[in-house]
Amino acid sequence: MKAIISLHNVDLVYQNDNSQVEALHNINLELVKGKSYAIIGPSGCGKTSLLFLMAGLLKPTRGEVCLFQKRLERPHPKTALILQDYGLLPWKTVWDNVALGLQIRGVNKHEQKKALMPILEELGLLECVERYPSQLSGGQKQRVALARALALKPEILLMDEPLSALDALTRENLQDLILRLWQSRRITFVLVTHSIEEAVYLGQEIIILSPRPGEIRRVISNPYMGSENYRHDYHFHQKCSEIRMILEAGKKRDHIAQVG
Amino acid sequence: MITLPRWDKKANFKYYLLSFLTLLFSWEVLALLLRNPALPPPLLALQQFVKILPATLWKHILISTYRVLISLGLGLILAVPLGLFLSRKENLDRFLAPLVYLLYPVPKIALLPVIIAIFNIGEISKIFTITLVIFFQIFVTTRDAARKVSQYSIYSVLSLGASMKDIYRHVIIPSCLPDIFTAIRISLGTAIAVLFFAESFATLQGLGYFIMEAWSRFYYPDVFAGILGISILGFCLFLLVDLVQRFVCPWLFI
Repeated sequence: MKAIISLHNVDLVYQNDNSQVEALHNINLELVKGKSYAIIGPSGCGKTSLLFLMAGLLKPTRGEVCLFQKRLERPHPKTALILQDYGLLPWKTVWDNVALGLQIRGVNKHEQKKALMPILEELGLLECVERYPSQLSGGQKQRVALARALALKPEILLMDEPLSALDALTRENLQDLILRLWQSRRITFVLVTHSIEEAVYLGQEIIILSPRPGEIRRVISNPYMGSENYRHDYHFHQKCSEIRMILEAGKKRDHIAQVG
Repeated sequence: MITLPRWDKKANFKYYLLSFLTLLFSWEVLALLLRNPALPPPLLALQQFVKILPATLWKHILISTYRVLISLGLGLILAVPLGLFLSRKENLDRFLAPLVYLLYPVPKIALLPVIIAIFNIGEISKIFTITLVIFFQIFVTTRDAARKVSQYSIYSVLSLGASMKDIYRHVIIPSCLPDIFTAIRISLGTAIAVLFFAESFATLQGLGYFIMEAWSRFYYPDVFAGILGISILGFCLFLLVDLVQRFVCPWLFI
């Protein structure tokens, strides 16, 4: 199967005034269309940078990032990105925030309405279309960000720790929602998270990064992802411990490397 | 985000009245203590204000309002786009910022003779002087506001396929608007202060002229009628700015 996103020998170095920080080192990845991927790793391992590379917001220092077998130079119209702080504009109502992507692409008001109504209904946002983001709860803001991304009918949805600011119950509800959206649309999902449970619940493939500079430590298959009541399943807990062991082994190795 | 009190007409009116009465009361007490013709009691000044308003004062108020509004408008048209533009052009800003910082503290009023030599004594020299003073306030505020726009908001809109024009329209300009309104309020106060000076010579019109002329006759009730005129002018313009902001930035008033 052909890769929808591929990274070849990618290095990313941040150049400050007189210092260099290597954020990502020698990343090689092939992401397959319609699958869901979770990227996990300790904080500061370059997870977000990796996502920004795929979004076309950053350019690699070395190597290349390809989308649909073409070198990526700028944000691609078939990808949507959801940021950690939701990226909603405080001066726009829910409706205007959700419609922004379509408006930028020159879709007229009538078509905007036709495209947005079903999505807003599906995400339970119809009652709050006239509110401003500051009047919404965290979960509602997250759903607005999802609606804005889905309004563009993307083939790739990139999410940067989309649920990290939410309380546990809201978080689980939204994880279920994201899972349903993925199952019904079969978009390629790439989700960055620092939560092992979230990675196992939402990722068919789990990409584990090592810290500073971020390198791919392992890619773990998660074949039972999406099965009924997976959160309470034996396989779920086993997969979580497997990931935890890899992350902890990495931590120990880094510690020994630092001390020794 | 800034949160402002809810728009409550009744409560607003109550507090406006209360602060107005406090001011009148303090003025009355001070006038009683001083017992000097230079500070007439408020009632006398108000009586004089009402008496001369329909005859002469209204013309001076009108011409002063015109000068302030034109200068403020010009200042905004020149300074806001420049500030927005330079906030994203690092090298150009590196060159222009020292220039601005050198010129900003120059007392522009001291340049009035030069300005009059260039533009003559007509309207243009007054409007130019006021615009020159407030230009810097609006420019620096706008540029700094545009600089602090969060890179994340820009990224999130860029990922929707936005061009630089879209970024200005949907992100940078709206996020600067509250600061631009603050700049307008500050500039309004400055503009009126400069107006007074610019009108105090080489003109026969405007509140500045009116006050200085009354002063030269030592007729203090007229001086204070003129001062009342200036403060009412300022008050109305501040209210107007508040109203416009409610209309332009509705998200701040929820």
